[in-house]
Amino acid sequence: MIIGLEHYLAVGAVLFTLGIFGIFLNRKNIIIILMSIELILLAVNVNLVAFSTFLGDIVGQVYALIVLTVAAAEAAIGLAILVAYFRNRGSIAVEDVNLMKG
Amino acid sequence: MIIQAIFFYLFAAVCIASAIMVIAARNPVHSVLFLILAFVNAAGLFVLMGAEFLAMILIVVYVGAVAVLFLFVVMMLDVDFAELRQGMTNYLPIGFVVGGILLAELIFVVVARVIQPSVPKTITAPIPPADAVSNTQALGLVLYTRYVYFFEAAGMILLVAMIGAIVLTLHRRAEVKRQSISAQVARHRASAIDIVKVKSGQGLS
Repeated sequence: MIIGLEHYLAVGAVLFTLGIFGIFLNRKNIIIILMSIELILLAVNVNLVAFSTFLGDIVGQVYALIVLTVAAAEAAIGLAILVAYFRNRGSIAVEDVNLMKG
Repeated sequence: MIIQAIFFYLFAAVCIASAIMVIAARNPVHSVLFLILAFVNAAGLFVLMGAEFLAMILIVVYVGAVAVLFLFVVMMLDVDFAELRQGMTNYLPIGFVVGGILLAELIFVVVARVIQPSVPKTITAPIPPADAVSNTQALGLVLYTRYVYFFEAAGMILLVAMIGAIVLTLHRRAEVKRQSISAQVARHRASAIDIVKVKSGQGLS
């Protein structure tokens, strides 16, 4: 039983779909939305590393490293915005974010 | 080879199951803990693929930093999460439709994919044999030479993120008294000391 590229790509596809599904399912809870974005970026990383390994090119892992960096920065900034927003409004419900609607 | 297959299915199954629990758990603290489990199992998949350095970085960065940050924020914000979960069933059908279509398309791409014969000839930096050069060393040999600008850009992204997070969350409360060093240094004798001649027996009014 050989574990090939398809197996890893399938895992990546399922993780990506679960991330998208999580955004739809938890429309009100922005913390879960941020976690779903982390899942999506994890799926991207799985795909990059799988192709890197099975094509024998290490550059894919360099890209995965950059994606990891961006994901960490995005989580930090997103949570900082969330804390600042909660301090101003006392709520993190996504529907209340309509101040700029006009 | 059978061991590798067993571990692949173990890691993949646990990773996907905990990803489902991340988006389905009632309590956001449980969501964060399942996110940690998903990342640890993805790190296991990375080890199976021979990317040990990325696996360790995944554990250090995600489990050590990002997940703890999530946990901290979830516990710090005083939010009624039960209220946030209301109306979840309204989005269930469209979520299933979009997710199902997306998954079907992705599976079709994975199954029907063909790697062009010219691709393996255009490899930029081939992975050296694992018994000669370790994965960490091979990655470093590429990252610090050919992709050094990428590396520096990643550093700049982290710096900007750090400054941005500090600027966003730092707030000065007006009621807290603080030391003003410039005001202290700017004091001089004329403004600070008042010499009063007091006659004896009269005191100061």
